[in-house]
Amino acid sequence: MDLFIAIFTGTIIAATPLIFAALGELVVEKSGVLNLGIEGMMLMGAAFAFWAVIAGLPMPVAILAGALGGAAASLLFGVLALTFLTNQYAAGLALAIFGSGVSAFLGRNFGSAPIDALKKIYIPYLSDIPVIGPMLFRFDPMVYFAIVMFFVISWFLYRTKGGLVLRTIGESPETAHAIGYPVIRIRYLAVLFGGLMAGLAGAYLSVAYTPLWVENMTAGKGWISLALVVFATWRPLRVLLGAWLFGGMTILQLQGQALGIAVPSELLSALPYLATIIVLVIISQNRQMLALHFPASLAKPFRPAT
Amino acid sequence: MPPRLELRNITKSYPGIIANDDISMSIMPGEIHAVLGENGAGKSTLMKIIYGAAQADAGEIFCDGKPIAAHTPATSRALGIEMVYQHFALFESVTVVENIALAVSSTFDLDALARQITELSNRYGMPIDPHRRVHDLSVGERQRVEIVRCLLQAPKLLILDEPTSVLTPQAVVKLFETLRQLAAEGCSIVYISHKLDEVQELCDSATVLRNGKVTGTARPKESTSAQLARLMVGAELPEMHVSPSVPSDKPVLEVRGLTAPARDKYGVELKNISFEVRGGEIVGLAGVSGNGQAELISLLSGERTHGNALSIQIDGKAAAHLNASERRKLGMAFVPEERLGRGAVPPHALWQNAVLTAHRSGLVRNGLVDRKQASNFAAKIIERFKVKANGPQSSAQSLSGGNLQKFIVGREIALEPKLFLVAQPTWGVDVGAAAFIRQTLVDLSRSGAAVLVISEELDELFEICDRLLVICQGQVSPPLIRTKTNREEIGLLMTRVDRGNGTNGRGEVAIQD
Repeated sequence: MDLFIAIFTGTIIAATPLIFAALGELVVEKSGVLNLGIEGMMLMGAAFAFWAVIAGLPMPVAILAGALGGAAASLLFGVLALTFLTNQYAAGLALAIFGSGVSAFLGRNFGSAPIDALKKIYIPYLSDIPVIGPMLFRFDPMVYFAIVMFFVISWFLYRTKGGLVLRTIGESPETAHAIGYPVIRIRYLAVLFGGLMAGLAGAYLSVAYTPLWVENMTAGKGWISLALVVFATWRPLRVLLGAWLFGGMTILQLQGQALGIAVPSELLSALPYLATIIVLVIISQNRQMLALHFPASLAKPFRPAT
Repeated sequence: MPPRLELRNITKSYPGIIANDDISMSIMPGEIHAVLGENGAGKSTLMKIIYGAAQADAGEIFCDGKPIAAHTPATSRALGIEMVYQHFALFESVTVVENIALAVSSTFDLDALARQITELSNRYGMPIDPHRRVHDLSVGERQRVEIVRCLLQAPKLLILDEPTSVLTPQAVVKLFETLRQLAAEGCSIVYISHKLDEVQELCDSATVLRNGKVTGTARPKESTSAQLARLMVGAELPEMHVSPSVPSDKPVLEVRGLTAPARDKYGVELKNISFEVRGGEIVGLAGVSGNGQAELISLLSGERTHGNALSIQIDGKAAAHLNASERRKLGMAFVPEERLGRGAVPPHALWQNAVLTAHRSGLVRNGLVDRKQASNFAAKIIERFKVKANGPQSSAQSLSGGNLQKFIVGREIALEPKLFLVAQPTWGVDVGAAAFIRQTLVDLSRSGAAVLVISEELDELFEICDRLLVICQGQVSPPLIRTKTNREEIGLLMTRVDRGNGTNGRGEVAIQD
C-alpha cells in the first residue's frame, strides 16, 4: 500500500510542471499563436526562481519571480511573432535556445547545493485520513494551484466571453478584427499568460521538485508539454490526463529501475515519452473532434488590414 | 436634419489599382439607398471604409453631421453602423448564439440571447436554431445568422451586401417588409445588390459605381432596369440566347432511388431521390439551402460514395460507388459552391489550379507537371472565358469572385465534359460575369452535354433551365417544365410542409409526364 501511495503522489507531483506549461501553451495556441519556446521559458522560470531563493527572498516571491522570468521570455517571442510578424516556428525555436543559454549563464554561480524545498502542507484533519490523507492532502501548494488553474482555464475558455473571443481569434483573426476585437493585444495577453505558466512550471522544478540547480534541468519537459497540447486535441481535460499519464510513467520507470528490472535504464527513461505519445496519438484519431478543437489560424501571422 | 451618413471625396488605392476614386454620397435617416456596381467596381472597398474595416487615403466620413475620427469597426458599431458581409464574418467552430454573443455588447447570457434569436428570427421568417454550430450551416443559413445578428443591435445604419441571393421569393418579401419597417423606424439602409428589380422595388435612391468612380445617381423607382444596367456596366448587357433544347434519347445522369443518411446530426437525410438529366438539356435543382443540397452534391460529385452502385449512373454506367476522380474519368465535371478552398486553392497560381482537375489533358507527363502546357492551358481559359487576371501566374485569391468563377467554370468546360454539375454558379458574382457564365452553361448544354445546376437563385434557374426540380427536406420533386410553371409554384414546393403521405400530394402542378 505504501508503494502504491508513493507512486500515486509521485505521479501527481511529476505531472505538476507539465500541467502548468501545457495549460499555458493551450491558451496561447487557442489564440492562434504557436510558441515552441516552452523549454526556454521554463528554464528562465527555473533560473529566476532559484536565484530568488538563494538571494534570500521568501518562497512565494521566488515563485512569482520564476513566473515573471517566463513571462519576460515570452514577451520577447511576442514582439518578434506578433509585432514583427516573424515566422512563429522560427521565433519559438529561437526562444527555446535563447532561454536555455540565458538560464545557463544566470545559473553559473548558483552552485550545486540543494535548497530548502517548497514546504508541503498537511491539510488539517483531511491529511490524517488513512490512505486518502497521504494520497491527496499532503502536497505543496503549487500542486493544488495547478489543479485550480485547470478549472480556471476550462471555465474561462468555455464559459466566459473572454474565452469565446480567444477561441474565435484562434479560428479567424480576420473575422474577429472585422467585428472589432483587438486581435494583436489579445494574442499578446495569451502569449504572456503562456509565459507566466511556463515560468511557474520551471519554478516548480527548481524550488520544489528537485530542488537544486542543474543546467538544462527541464530535460525536455517543455517539448513534452507542447506535444501534450497537440495530442490532447486542444482540450484542457485531456491535457490534464495526459500530464498525469506522463507523470505516472516517469514514476513507474523510476520504481522499475529501483527494483532492478533487467532493462537498460536508458530505455526505461524513454518509456514515459513513448507511452504518452502512443496513448495520445490513439485518442487523437477522431478527425471530426480534431477539426472542431483545432485553432484554424495556428501559427499564421496576422496583420490587421489597413 | 444632417444626413445619417455622408461621404466626402473618399479615395482609396491599393498597389496598382484605385479602388475608390473621389466618391461622395449621402444617406438620410430612414432612407434605403442602393449601391450598384459590378464586382471590382469598388463597392466592397467602399463598404469596408464606411464600416471602418479599411481606412480611406483621403476624404471624410460624417455620421449625423459629426466627422468620424479614428475609424475602426468598433467605433462604427458604437455609432450604430452594422454590416452583413457578403463573405460571412462568422466563426465556424462555435454555435450561432456564440457567434452573435461576440458581436453584441450586452452581458454574456447565452440562454437569454438564444431565446431572443429564436424569437427575432421567427418574427422575420428566417428561423435558425441558435445552438447549431455554424460549421454545419449552409451558406443561406449563415446569411440568416448575419442578418439576425445585425437586427439584434437595433442599428441606425445597416449595410447589406447582396442579402437576398439565397432566399425564397416568399422570404425576400418578408425581408423587404422587415427592411421597410426598419427604415420607417429611422434606420438607414445601404443595400448592395446586382438584382435591379429588387433595387427598384425596395430602394429610394441609388449610387452607381463603375471602376471605382461614381457614374451616376438614380431614383430606382423612376428608372428602368435598362437605364440602371447601362450606368453600371457602361454598355448594354448581352442578351441571353437560349435556343430550344434537343435532349438525348438516353439520360447521361440517372439517379434512381437514392437514399442516404444525414452527414451528421444537423444534416438532412436523402429520401428515395430519382431524376435524370439528358444530354443537351439543363436541369435546375431549386430549394432553400439546408434541405439536402449539400448531401446530394457530395454524393453526385463523388466526394461521398454510396454502397448501391446503381443508384447513380453516369452515361449508363454504375457510378455511385466511384470516387470523384473515377467519375471524372466517365466524363463528369464539377464546379462546387465554394470557390476558394474547394473550387480552387487560394494561394496557388491559376496554372497550378488548372492542373488540379485538368491533369489528364496532357498537363502531366511521366508523373511530372509540364509547366509550359499548364500555363498555356490556363492562358487559354483566361482568354476564352474573358477572365480578368494578370496571366496564369496570378494567385486564385487575387481574382475577384466573378473572375475566379469564370476561370473555374472555364477550367471544367475545357475538359469537354459529358456531364456538368455546378452548384451556385453565380453566387456573389457580378451581373456581367453572371450573364456570361449562364450563357456559357446554355452553350455547353446545346453542344450536347448534360448540365445540372444546383442554385438557390430562382431567377437564374428560370433563365437557363429546361426543367426544374425542387428539393425540400431531403426529397426531390418530380420534374417541372420551365415554361409550364412559375415562381410561385416553385416557391411553394420549396417551403412545402410534408403532409405525411409522401411528396406527390399536389394536384395542380405542371408535372412532366
